[in-house]
Parts: sequence; structure tokens; C-alpha cells
Amino acid sequence: MFKSSGLIALLMMAFALFAAACAPTAAPTSAPVVQTVVVKETAAPQVITATPGAPAPASGSLAMNGAGATFPFPLYSKWFYDYAFVDPTVKFNYQSIGSGGGIAQITAKTVDFGASDAILNDEQLAKAAGIQMFPTVAGAEVLAYNLLGEDGKPITALLKLPYTATADIFLGKITKWNDPILQQANPDIKLPAKDIIVVHRSDGSGTTYIFTDYLSKVSPEWKEKVGNATSVKWPTGLGGKGNEGVSGLVSQNDGAIGYVELAYALTNKLPYGIPQNKAGEYVDVGKTPEGVQQAMSDFGANLGDKLAISIVDAPGKNSYPIAGYTYLLNYMNQEDCTKGKKFVEFFKWALTEGTKDATDLKYVPLPDDVKQQVLGKLDKMTCKGNPL
Amino acid sequence: MSVIAEIKRQKRNSPWSELVRRIEHGDVIFRTLTVVAGLLVVLVTAATGFELWQNSALARAKFGLDFLTGTNWDPVIEDFGALPFLYGTIQTSIFALLIAVPIGLGIAIFLSELAPAWLRQPLGFLVELLAAVPSVIFGLWGLYVFVPSVVKPFAQFLNDNLGFLPIFQGPVFGPSRLAATLILSIMVLPTLVAISRDVFLAIPNAQREGALGLGATQWEMITQNLIPYGLSGILGAIILALGRAMGETIAVTMVIGNNLDLSASLLHPGYTMASIIANEFTEATTDLYREALIEIGLVLFALTLLVNIIARLLVWRVARRIPTEARA
Repeated sequence: MFKSSGLIALLMMAFALFAAACAPTAAPTSAPVVQTVVVKETAAPQVITATPGAPAPASGSLAMNGAGATFPFPLYSKWFYDYAFVDPTVKFNYQSIGSGGGIAQITAKTVDFGASDAILNDEQLAKAAGIQMFPTVAGAEVLAYNLLGEDGKPITALLKLPYTATADIFLGKITKWNDPILQQANPDIKLPAKDIIVVHRSDGSGTTYIFTDYLSKVSPEWKEKVGNATSVKWPTGLGGKGNEGVSGLVSQNDGAIGYVELAYALTNKLPYGIPQNKAGEYVDVGKTPEGVQQAMSDFGANLGDKLAISIVDAPGKNSYPIAGYTYLLNYMNQEDCTKGKKFVEFFKWALTEGTKDATDLKYVPLPDDVKQQVLGKLDKMTCKGNPL
Repeated sequence: MSVIAEIKRQKRNSPWSELVRRIEHGDVIFRTLTVVAGLLVVLVTAATGFELWQNSALARAKFGLDFLTGTNWDPVIEDFGALPFLYGTIQTSIFALLIAVPIGLGIAIFLSELAPAWLRQPLGFLVELLAAVPSVIFGLWGLYVFVPSVVKPFAQFLNDNLGFLPIFQGPVFGPSRLAATLILSIMVLPTLVAISRDVFLAIPNAQREGALGLGATQWEMITQNLIPYGLSGILGAIILALGRAMGETIAVTMVIGNNLDLSASLLHPGYTMASIIANEFTEATTDLYREALIEIGLVLFALTLLVNIIARLLVWRVARRIPTEARA
């Protein structure tokens, strides 16, 4: 007993000493940024080994470091790999640590550029004075589902979800597959009288941000009760970690439905559903990715100086409703002229030559009207106050 | 005057030569090294606690002690409470130990007392191999194989037959606290087995011979002599296993369903402290949100420390009591 209290006292003393020693030196309160590279959004992992056979060129003398969003990671990896052949003097490094980490790092200027799926709020913009968001591509999301029909065979048809049905399912208001709202929209499918099991992402993600953004737009009730963020308090359902977690839970539970990125649904051949758009149409985004470009164009005129806007629930007849931009973040006035120049050169390449990579990986390149605005903004970048 | 007496006199008179003698034989160096190593552990623990404390200042100021009892976790309105996670962590680790301890002890006793010599090595090796399996593998295996083929039918069985008990109430999902509990009990098994087997092997044979000599059966020898004799070591193994269960992150996250459910039922999805950090830290975009997650880390750290201290006290109590009874 004596020994134990002695040990505890020693521990407490060490603790107190340490605390005292650190207190006056304004202990670090900055964000402890996770440095490990976590590839969470395994949208299309096979693409990282791009152009097999061709040797990677020697690493460039200039290193450009970036960090942030996981959603565009497969595309950025491919871009940076391919760009090394275009300009061998520069080597891009990208760590997909998540949008939160990306915003924190570019704000602290510990990286040369950041990346985020979420639109920066006013507070975040104020903290990083002079920062600019540049949309690179957009991505769409679909509702993967798993349902055995009454004959015991899996239903694989394209499921049509009326305008507010998705929100009602995720709010727990539509609980049966043979709910009249769903059955009427899908006259060709005989929906069974089974419970709907809702599956959502458990990890914070840009995918969740876009999906809850969509639900908030189509359902005032969702907006009021739950809201829009990278993680939310889900009214119902199971949480799976990452796209693979969601698809795992969906594929194991008869009657499950969950949102995943389009690329993930297509590469894994998951049956999926699409929501009705604002104009009342169903756009099968798996076959016509132009639906996302249409959604970007619908809001193209409103991009403004911020170059950031939500494109969910787009009004166009051919627009797909669940989609979002992903952004690179950088300062309009650069401190290092070479790095600023290289960033702009790369970005221009990505918006022109790089669109092929994007389409290959099921991301959607910017439509012309949006692209012109981004290029215009890039031309206005400066270095120490002078044009680049 | 003898030579030895002369040397002794010189030693007394010359502190310098005394010091040289001790350094030559490595005592001072060895002592210094071990003291530094020991202090390093204290320092790392203290620094971890301090960092967690420091970096959760915003959340602590906003929520105070209500953080521990808050049942809401809503990043949109930034209202954070730790109770669902605290509850999930404690519930899954306790139940995991309830399953794993009897099995682990059984394996350890079999390996040390009953197994034929040729079987001991390979079987022990297999159990230790379990410890080398990365937890993400347990998680993926759990999600794609174990949960659909074992946990779900088992949960359905429990619900059908024992559904009147609060802990087995439905509805039945695959991913659940039960799934996490079962995965955890497999994951802590190697720790339990390896340590308690070594504890049994370290018990002097005189104990066994004495018990058998007095007419005890093998069962009586094991339960009345060996287990009480090795109890403090076994408790140590249980503490380590509990630590592993409470801190396990990725495997649990993949099978627990990640839901703020606070019901007693093991068949419902739940959430643990390690899981919420792993899930949400990367995309925690505001300061308060991030600091609330760090405070969860602080709570987990404090809980682990508390459990360790309580268990340590328990071990000392047992160790003091046992010698007079079992080791007499």
C-alpha cells in the first residue's frame, strides 16, 4: 500500500513539474495535425499505378507540398504523376489527411497548397487572409442499395427516388420498401414489404458534406432537425467507415440503402438509386456524367469572387442533384514566386490536359463557363504584390 | 596488517577510488540508464496527459463536467457530450473480458498443465500468432465474414430465446456492440493466454507435488493451489487485456455500427471513444469540434489510468493476502 501511494505521488509530482515547466512558454494550442497519409476514400485505388510500364521521371528539384481532402485523392495522385512528365523540374506531394487537416495546414502555411471538399466558412476565410478556393472537378453520389425481391432474387434495376423520398428515408419517415411513394415511382419493380435499413458514413467526409447539403436543400425538416456538415447526428441507421464500410454494410443487409460516390458504385457494380431532380426528371448519372456538368453550369453565373458554391438540387432539366465541387486552396498573393508560378502552370494543365484523367476516374471536369472563371482567377495571382 | 584490511582502509579513505571502482564495474552507468528509462515513461505519460488537457481547453470551458454526462453529439450545432462513447467503451470491453478471461485461462491451464509436451509449443505459437494479426484485418474479416456468418445468426438466436433480458433486446442488426465485443474478446485472447501461461509455468513444482501429495485431484490442485498462487499475475494479464480492449480502434469501428444508441441491448449498434476519434478527427473543421474530440481522448486516457490504478491496488491487496493462505 505504501509502495502504491509512493508511485502515484511520484507520478503526480512529475506531472505537476512538467506542467509548471511548460506553462510560461505559451504552450502550443495550435491544431495537432495528423501527418499520416490515410487513403480512406478508395474510390478507384487501381489508378494510382498510372501508365504502367512508363518509368517515373526523376524527382524534381522543386517540391510542392499539399494536403487535404480524401475524395479527390485518386485523381490528384494521377495528375501529379502525369504532370511529372510534363514538367520534370517540379515534384508535387499530396497527403490526403482530410479537408479539416488541409484547411488547418494551409492556414498555418505549413504546406504550399491545401485541398477541401467543404466550402470554407467566413470564420475560416478570415483566419487565412487572402486565401482563394479553386474548384478542380466535381463528383456525384448515388444511393447504393441491396434488396431481395419477393421471388428471392436480388433487384438490380435503377431505383427511382422521388424528390423528397431520399430525405424521408434518411429521416426515418419512409420505413418500408413497398411504401406507396417508392412503388409508384418504380412501376417496373415489384418492391417487397421489407424494412429499409439506412446506412451512412461514420467517418467525417466530404461525401457526407455533399449528401447532407443535398438533403438540407430538398427537405426543410432535414435542414432544421439535422443540418449540413462533414459529420452529422443521424436520425436513424448504421454507420460504416469509408466507402468500403458503407458498401460492406449495404451488401450484407437485405433492405439496406446508403450513399456512396458514383465511382465507387460503378467500379464495385453496386445496384443504385438516383433521386428525382428539381425539374422532376431522373438523370442516370452513371450513364450520363454530363448531368453533373449541367448542374455546375446551372450555378455557373453565381460562382462569384469566392469561386465556391453548392451545386446540389440544381434546377436544370438535365441536371443531376447530388454533386459537389472539390477545391484546391492557395493564397492569391504568393510569397515564393517560383512556387506560385508552378502552381498556376500545373492548374492550367489540370483544367485542360488533365480532364481526360478526370473522366477516366469518373470525376466530372468543369464545364467551359466555370473553367473560364477559374482560369481568370489564376491569371490574377500575384507574387509579393507583382503579377506572376 | 593483512592485505585485505589495508585495501578496506584505503577504500574508506579515498572517495575517489570508491567512485572509480563503481564506474569500472558499471554500477553507476547502469543505474543512471535505468533511472533515465524509468523517468522517460513517466515523462511520456505526463506529457500525453498534459497535451490532451491543454488542447481541449475550448471544449472543457464550454461544456465543463456536463461533457461526461451529455448524450448528444451533433457537429452541426456543435453540441458535444461523451456519454454514448464512454458507455460503449466500458460495455464492450467488460463483456469482451467476461468472454475472454475464462477461455484464456482455460487455454493457459491446458498449455501449462494438461497438454502433452508435443502439443504445447505449436499451440502456444498459434495463440501468439493471433497477437500479430493487424487489427484492420480483424476489422475487415469481422465486417465481411464474422458478422454476417456468425454474429448475426447468434444475435438472432439470443434475441429469440433470451429477448426478455434488456441486454438481448432487438431489433437484430449485424454490426452491433455484440459484434464489437466478440471481436475484442478474440483480440485480447493472446495477451491473456501468453501471460497467464507464463505465470503458471513459473509456479514451483513443489506446489503441485505438495497438493497432489496431500491427496488433491488435478482439478483441486489447479483451482485451490495454482490459481490462487498465480492470482496477482493473472490479474496483471487481465488489466493488460482490458487496456487493449478499451483502446482498440479500427476493428471496433468497422463492426460496431457507429450509432449514439444508449440502450442496454448488446444487439444494438453503439459507439466507442476510440471510434469517434478515428471517425471524425480528420474532417473536424472547426476548433471546438476538434477540441471536443481531443477531450474524448482525454477522457479515454483518464479512464485507462483509473482502471490501471484500481487494478494495481487490487493486485497488491491480493498479493499481500495470498502468501499466508496458499503459499504457506
